[in-house]
Amino acid sequence: MSATGLGASVKRKEDIRFITGKGRYVDDLNRPGQAFAYFLRSPHAHATIEKIDTSEAMKSPGVAAVFTGDDIAADKVGGLICGWMIHSKDGSPMKAGAHPALAQGKVRYVGDHVAVVIADTLAQARDAAEKIDVQYTELPAVTDLATATKGTTIHDAAPDNTVYNWQLGDKAATDAAFASAAHVTKLDLVNNRLIPNAMEPRAAVGEYDSGTDTITLYTTSQNPHVARLVLSAFIGLAPENKLRVIAPDVGGGFGSKIFIYAEETICAWAAKKIDRPVKWTADRTESFLSDAHGRDHVTHAELATDANGKATAMRVHTIANLGAYLSTFASSVPTYLYAPLLSGQYAIPAIYCEVDGVYTTTAPVDAYRGAGRPEATFVVERLMEIAAREIGRDPAEFRRMNFVTSFPHQTPVIMAYDVGDYPAALDKALQLADYKGLPARKAASAAKGKLRGLGFSAYIEACGIAPSAAVGSLGAGVGLWESAEVRVNPIGTVEVLTGSHSHGQGHETTFAQLVSDRLGIPLDNVTIVHGDTDKVQMGMGTYGSRSGAVGMSAISKALDKIEAKAKKVAGHVLEAAEGDIEFKDGKFTVRGTDKSIDFGSVALQAYIAHKFNGQELEPGLKEGAFWDPTNFTFPSGVHVCELEIDPATGVVTIDRWTAVDDFGKLINPMIVEGQVHGGIAQGVGQALLEGARYTDDGQLVTASYMDYCMPRADDLPSYTVETVETPCPSNPLGIKGCGEAGAIASPPAVINAITDALGHEDIAMPATPQAVWRAAQKSKNLPKMAAE
Amino acid sequence: MVQVTMTVNGRQASADVDPRTLLVQFLRENLRLTGTHVGCDTSQCGACVVHVNGEAIKSCTALAVSLDGATVTTIEGLAQHGKLHPMQQAFQDNHGLQCGFCTPGMIMASIDLVNREGFNVDEATIRHGLEGNICRCTGYHNIVKAVSQGAREMAAAAAPKAAE
Repeated sequence: MSATGLGASVKRKEDIRFITGKGRYVDDLNRPGQAFAYFLRSPHAHATIEKIDTSEAMKSPGVAAVFTGDDIAADKVGGLICGWMIHSKDGSPMKAGAHPALAQGKVRYVGDHVAVVIADTLAQARDAAEKIDVQYTELPAVTDLATATKGTTIHDAAPDNTVYNWQLGDKAATDAAFASAAHVTKLDLVNNRLIPNAMEPRAAVGEYDSGTDTITLYTTSQNPHVARLVLSAFIGLAPENKLRVIAPDVGGGFGSKIFIYAEETICAWAAKKIDRPVKWTADRTESFLSDAHGRDHVTHAELATDANGKATAMRVHTIANLGAYLSTFASSVPTYLYAPLLSGQYAIPAIYCEVDGVYTTTAPVDAYRGAGRPEATFVVERLMEIAAREIGRDPAEFRRMNFVTSFPHQTPVIMAYDVGDYPAALDKALQLADYKGLPARKAASAAKGKLRGLGFSAYIEACGIAPSAAVGSLGAGVGLWESAEVRVNPIGTVEVLTGSHSHGQGHETTFAQLVSDRLGIPLDNVTIVHGDTDKVQMGMGTYGSRSGAVGMSAISKALDKIEAKAKKVAGHVLEAAEGDIEFKDGKFTVRGTDKSIDFGSVALQAYIAHKFNGQELEPGLKEGAFWDPTNFTFPSGVHVCELEIDPATGVVTIDRWTAVDDFGKLINPMIVEGQVHGGIAQGVGQALLEGARYTDDGQLVTASYMDYCMPRADDLPSYTVETVETPCPSNPLGIKGCGEAGAIASPPAVINAITDALGHEDIAMPATPQAVWRAAQKSKNLPKMAAE
Repeated sequence: MVQVTMTVNGRQASADVDPRTLLVQFLRENLRLTGTHVGCDTSQCGACVVHVNGEAIKSCTALAVSLDGATVTTIEGLAQHGKLHPMQQAFQDNHGLQCGFCTPGMIMASIDLVNREGFNVDEATIRHGLEGNICRCTGYHNIVKAVSQGAREMAAAAAPKAAE
């Protein structure tokens, strides 16, 4: 392994601009003559709009335009779309209401877009918005998930607020297994609603060039090509060849920047409408109100076990909050990204899951780091933990005896696991976490009046999203391949154009490592280009831990073609048959001789084209490839959380965190570990700190960092992160993906540890000090301090 | 409009600003120093931390006009003669950043933390000291490592001066 090749912890190339303040995020861009957009948002959760009077606002200083839903309707601006069709168990298609970029006749959540004011300065736009007179008739809010179907109709298309009643699995077989079970574990849980909170708020700058009739949209996107496709083909702003979408440096996404939102759409449309650049940057409260939220499930789950403690069946019913409108991929998250993961790492013969997707008068809910898979893992790993406790087994050994141990393994819920070694990860985790020493540490904690607990989470995820035909058969509106183009310059430097997008993942380094390794050229000779639809022809973007497994596989495929072409050129230069040319360490050699030529010289020869017939062999050295995966990838691992509760205050202190993950082959272990750290922090945030709260009348009361508790440095421990490796067989690099694992694994590890400490299961996420203090009052494990 | 003059990253900078202009707006919009970021509206996230007269402040909490005559250092002014500040280098060495958005504020706050707490800051002090800076990407593990290294390197850089 070279110092910069595959498997090396190379320091990131992109860091230099970020640590010197030279990153270029959307809000850092300013276009000549730009105006600023301010969105007037609904103060009501649910209301009909009787009248909007914008005349005073139009007269306000600096105002260039005020637009409402009527204006976009007049311009035939299409509605925002949901790109995944889900069918209910009766076969009927999901019931989706219209989703206009500016409200038409009705508002459906606090923060819904009523009008946009565009002015010379943001302050002027904001001042003018206060002069818009909107007359509303309020309607009852629908915020309680469990009773949403009995609430006031939010969309006429879905009279009982039900978008779908979906099912997966064999109900009859599952019910039969339950009927003959030796033990049934039952669990009611809430998977708490989260707000993603990438540190960079969403932003957009729309710009129109009347000379070429072209719109350019700079936007905070994880997938600029998907944005262009939707804005063009569905919303109808401009044909794709007249619409350029640029996502420059993007400050985190975690799913929330996948989606095509109203604000970005309006900036692009309005720029043409007023023939002037239009800029919008969310303030943090706007981010809280209008970024798509995550999770938000109410679930009843059951696990059947036989007399030997083997799991025989699982039955799950989930109500999933989809919010007020269906966001871009909202329908798929609690269905195909959720239920197929319910088998976890376990051989469970029968699984049946029903999901009711419902509208509420809250912000749209869509993918957030892990997207469906954390929710599934929380169900599975809470069930496994509780079942082990109920039947008196060690939770680690109960998991072990139910592990899938032979591969490939077909689960009853779609997925065919390709490879893994679950006992290896468990063994390593038990050792690193010093599981044997737990009783002594518990006693030591008890001696100082604290409750100590340890929780496991043995997770699996399906990522490397995804085989196009497979997702198409499940309702996806797009294919989920990735593209790459490798451009070798005449002196042997290389630009790689990728359809993946980096917003923190480090692609400029990891992708360059692959190219450097394969072509035998220095890392600095490789530049990764992404995020601009005028440079990269097409791509599907970054989410679902797909950039390594899918994006890099596309690059690898293009590099195969580069190597094949370069060998032809080298053969001509070295006057040898193509089949006699070997390529190794950046050098083409005639087999069995000392005749050789380096990669850079071959590149030059490819372009000057003096040594070969340009009619028989095309000059140049540039190749493209599309990689469509043949299977999902299945990262897995075991996380162990050990914590201490102070029963006097309810404060939970995580004492140690052990993660052993199997991501297949690692490109850059330093970056992989960083991804795991960040994922764990988000999962711990979900378990202990974060929760979006709407009042009964639909006001979001957690709409700032004063109210929504983000994890800080002193809320978290340092982590022990290690790996085991079973290379993924379905892609050339053996990569499984690592971006979401931490967020998927961690919430049940924390809650299993808290319930272990408490000795009862009655605690919900987020387990805030207040909630834990209340739960601790019921604990039988409380140290008998008072009696002393 | 009010005229305000500051020394920013060693250069004098003047502008006529609306009296309600915040320091962060003055830096980003008037001086186009866009390395200082805005991540919230409530002075919680710390993406906007800069040094004013040698001490860290959240630049979203200060009116530009109240700092007339002040000396300001932003992330763009840290590297000297093409050489990174030890804390900048430490963030790269330890993978203390991912998306980079919180990073300028995090680095500025970390330098101030070391200035206040000394070169031997321990993990608990670092974690407590960074309470006012939110990172959503890293889980803080590598930021803590970076600050620890940065503190040691700052000590090493200061040592020859002290000996003089």
